[in-house]
Amino acid sequence: MEKKRRREIGLILVLLVVSGLSYFGIRQFQNSTTENAVAVIFVEDKEVGRYPLSKDIRITVSGKDDGENVVEIKDCKVRVVKASCPDLICVHHQEISKNGETIVCLPNRVVVEVQSEEEAEVDGTTH
Amino acid sequence: MKGRKAGQIAYLGMLTALAFILSYVESILPISLGIPGVKIGLANLTVMVALYTVGVKEALCLSFIRIILVGFTFGNLASMMYSVAGGVVSFLVMVVLFHFEIFTETGVSIAGGVAHNLGQLLVAVLVVENAKLLFYFPVLCFSGTVAGCFIGVLAAMIIKRVKKVYKQ
Repeated sequence: MEKKRRREIGLILVLLVVSGLSYFGIRQFQNSTTENAVAVIFVEDKEVGRYPLSKDIRITVSGKDDGENVVEIKDCKVRVVKASCPDLICVHHQEISKNGETIVCLPNRVVVEVQSEEEAEVDGTTH
Repeated sequence: MKGRKAGQIAYLGMLTALAFILSYVESILPISLGIPGVKIGLANLTVMVALYTVGVKEALCLSFIRIILVGFTFGNLASMMYSVAGGVVSFLVMVVLFHFEIFTETGVSIAGGVAHNLGQLLVAVLVVENAKLLFYFPVLCFSGTVAGCFIGVLAAMIIKRVKKVYKQ
């Protein structure tokens, strides 16, 4: 029994360390790469829209099989305010704002992902 | 020996019903953290008890039947796919750890919980074809550990008491 307990403590420690490291690692990555964030909406793995987080807007997304999700961008954060799916996990999801964060509605096959976009710069002008 | 067989069927039937109810109860609980996949895993309690008081085959059947029952009653074929993914991975991990006696009930449950979450996460990543979902890994790993620990401790207490009453 002693050996099992010790191995268990080891398991718990490893899992906690892995969780912690990956969490902070991801946070670092997200904080250092979130610039000019855009919310990209995919329906059935195809991109259907791209909206900058800087502008408040409400978008109704048509998902799979007449599914519907209402995505709202407000105060540079994205959330799903209404959905036709039975579990409403997407609606209860906390708001996202960082690069790589996602809100997924599996039944409607809708994915809302935050990406960072390079500001388009003018390369040159002609007269 | 006929009495023993009937007794076992009744016992497993009771555990299955319990698994079903526990799944339902868990689905009603408000989704507190706003992160999908974070749950206590109460139904795993019955799988653990079956595993330790009866055996591998019976626990597998229990797990399988519970997933199908809950899937058809409260969900749909698509949601069952995720349940199966989580359930299969979780069960495989638990059986191996149980068979080789690597951990006590707590450790087996923790490993099962984390494996369940990872299994579901991987299937979700494949279905929506978006690897960014893997960013959920840290939270799911942590919550799987905590929930698994809780369930494991509970399971150990139940198994100890059930073994006194139900003898295989």
